[in-house]
Amino acid sequence: MPTLSDSFLTALGLIVSGDADLIEIVALSLRVSLTAVLLAALIGLPLGAVLAVVRFPGRGLLIVVVNALMGLPPVVVGLVVYLTFSASGPLGVLEFLYTPAAMIVAQTVLVTPIIAALARSTLADLLGEYDETLRVLGANRFDVVATLLWDGRFSLATALLAGLGRALAEVGAVMLVGGNIDHVTRVMTTAIALETSRGALPLALGLGIVLLLITLVLNAVVLGVRNRMEAHAHA
Amino acid sequence: MPDPTPRVIPFQPPRPADPPALRIEGLCLSRSGAALLNGVEMTLSPGGVTALLGPNGAGKSLLLRVIAGLIAPDAGRVIVPRAMQGRIGLVLQRPVLLRRSVAANLRHALALARVPRRHRAPRVGELLALGNLEALADRPARRLSGGEQQRLAIIRALAANPLLLMLDEPTAHLDPQATHAIEALVARVTEGGTKVILVTHDTGQVQRLADEVAFLHQGRCHEIAGKSAFLTHPESAAARAYLTGKLLL
Amino acid sequence: MSILRAALLTLAATPALANDPVVLVQSTTSTQNSGLYAHILPVASEALGLDIRVVAVGTGQALGNAQRCDGDMLITHARAAEEAFVAAGYGTARHDLMYNDFVIVGPSDDPAGVAGADSATEALSRIAAAESPFASRGDDSGTHQKELNLWDGIADVAAASGGWYRETGSGMGATLNLAVGMGAYTLTDRATWLAFENRGDHVILNQGDPALFNQYGVIPVNPAHCPNVNAEGARAFTDWLLEDGQAVIAGFMLDGEQLFFPNAGD
Ligand SMILES: Nc1ncnc2c1ncn2[C@@H]1O[C@H](COP(=O)(O)OP(=O)(O)OP(=O)(O)O)[C@@H](O)[C@H]1O
Ligand SMILES: [Mg+2]
Repeated sequence: MPTLSDSFLTALGLIVSGDADLIEIVALSLRVSLTAVLLAALIGLPLGAVLAVVRFPGRGLLIVVVNALMGLPPVVVGLVVYLTFSASGPLGVLEFLYTPAAMIVAQTVLVTPIIAALARSTLADLLGEYDETLRVLGANRFDVVATLLWDGRFSLATALLAGLGRALAEVGAVMLVGGNIDHVTRVMTTAIALETSRGALPLALGLGIVLLLITLVLNAVVLGVRNRMEAHAHA
Repeated sequence: MPDPTPRVIPFQPPRPADPPALRIEGLCLSRSGAALLNGVEMTLSPGGVTALLGPNGAGKSLLLRVIAGLIAPDAGRVIVPRAMQGRIGLVLQRPVLLRRSVAANLRHALALARVPRRHRAPRVGELLALGNLEALADRPARRLSGGEQQRLAIIRALAANPLLLMLDEPTAHLDPQATHAIEALVARVTEGGTKVILVTHDTGQVQRLADEVAFLHQGRCHEIAGKSAFLTHPESAAARAYLTGKLLL
Repeated sequence: MSILRAALLTLAATPALANDPVVLVQSTTSTQNSGLYAHILPVASEALGLDIRVVAVGTGQALGNAQRCDGDMLITHARAAEEAFVAAGYGTARHDLMYNDFVIVGPSDDPAGVAGADSATEALSRIAAAESPFASRGDDSGTHQKELNLWDGIADVAAASGGWYRETGSGMGATLNLAVGMGAYTLTDRATWLAFENRGDHVILNQGDPALFNQYGVIPVNPAHCPNVNAEGARAFTDWLLEDGQAVIAGFMLDGEQLFFPNAGD
């Protein structure tokens, strides 16, 4: 069994040496997951806001479904996206399979329910506070959604971070639809899975530590920027 | 979200004679079996300040919400003069300011009132001057002091030039100077022709600001009269008890 | 849809090595985990002007993926399944590529006494008799299919599953990690074992039985079945593997040991 200190040394060595393969893998991880979170935000934030604001038949059911989808196993999403983009699947012509595009789609599917559900609950709380005020001021539903999204943006940053964490951490979906192809679709988590299957546990854990550090830095940066902006602009 | 638009509840076909003043007829509202408004009847004078008095829990805040169209009554109606329709401002008992700067709160209200973009900046300037908040324009609204927040909430309600402004205990927690600032603001607003309904527990404030007084108790309007008449010779037993601090809830 | 596709492709632009045509190989994992591809692909890409990409999964999954046309060619090690794949018209032809052998590994204290067995079947019989834990891939991979063939007539492993016979349902590496962790015996190809770094105190206990022969095959996917495949590229890489590539495969060493023995000409 590798000791943790071995792994920390490996992680440190990887970072200090600026290993080119590692940089490539980290860059692809970030590119895929950040793009997926961006797309998921474009879908999930308005969806969450509409679920918080607009009453319509089936809304309660939809909220339950979106919340349940937060727990989707990545490998199931991977399988569905794989079958969709397979050459013999409905969208095979797009030739997304085994490219970062398929990985982005899979992670977008994974992350959208998280962002939508967290946004809905955040914005529902905010609506409870704002509802009467906005109505007295003459707001229509669209105004209410826009106001909530803007005034809730600092809380929503947390929802985006939760989504990003899930995207960066998952392996099941990107492994299936990306194929873990060296220099093409290999990301942090699939590299960790590969090294684990090679029995190179210190390296695998070292990569895991690097991933953790990246996630830490991303969270610190986003929360730091958020707190600064929040302190300056609002209260 | 319930539709915010109806200002007359329930909607009535145009009436032959447009009433000059706000009228409330047989307003009833119950929640979980308790009658909160229990047949409120009143006709307000067309201008000036009407003070709405009554003990805690009388239904004053609820009545303002119904007039503003935030709550639909179970029975009865609020008849708003046609000119006043869609031009009603309400400052809640606990005003909610947006998580934005003072000026951005005002810009937001102007945008919701569909004021064209190019007119907004000058109007924001006017409103800030009216509330004496120019120096605080760029401060986060929710960081203002209680009195400053009240002033901001009032000028925000004035953004769209309402013809009816309802203020729910705007000076409840304020020191004498802040109270004075708000009373001065209310006086200016009425001079501009806007009808004001003011909920207050402060008879001194009634003395200084009000033209008439409506007395609400247990969801019913017991009396509506001119200020001096009400303060010196209240007609209803409930109002008499209230003014002498002997009202049993 | 086309705008979405263009946007996604821009955002997701693959870090193309060059604009060489892509050949996608559906492969068994042992060839990847041992480092063989890292050794031969640069040479082959250079020689052929191809961007050769490998998706390493179990042989069963590789055959399934190729059958769905998600690959241009296959490198696998389950002869019967490979021949069935070609017979069904999914592949153009199956060629012997190289071989190595399977070995039985287990804890060095060898509770079932496997080390003294003079054949693989004898070794497995002793494991079954002692009911010592045995970790099976259980994933329809080439190794799993070989293992099931070996058990045939020795023990009813399906009945023992969950008892001393443990099916991991995962790849060779995960199965080895598990076998090391719980002190179980397992069957692995020699290349994966030699490249495996987490051996603990596990050692090779049985080897050399001709029944443990491990033949790898290469199959170009049939363009008649999958019109989308890069048949030309697959043909070129297959030919290279069967000719010039043979020496390159033979030259792949780990700790001074040759891992794969080319036998395309045999
Ligand atoms: N949504 C509601 N559901 C049930 N009861 C309510 C609701 N809103 C108000 N009430 C009750 O209606 C009564 C009148 O409330 P309201 O806020 O109008 O009192 P008020 O006259 O403004 O009192 P105060 O002087 O304390 O502000 C109170 O007893 C209150 O508890
Ligand atoms: Mg009140």
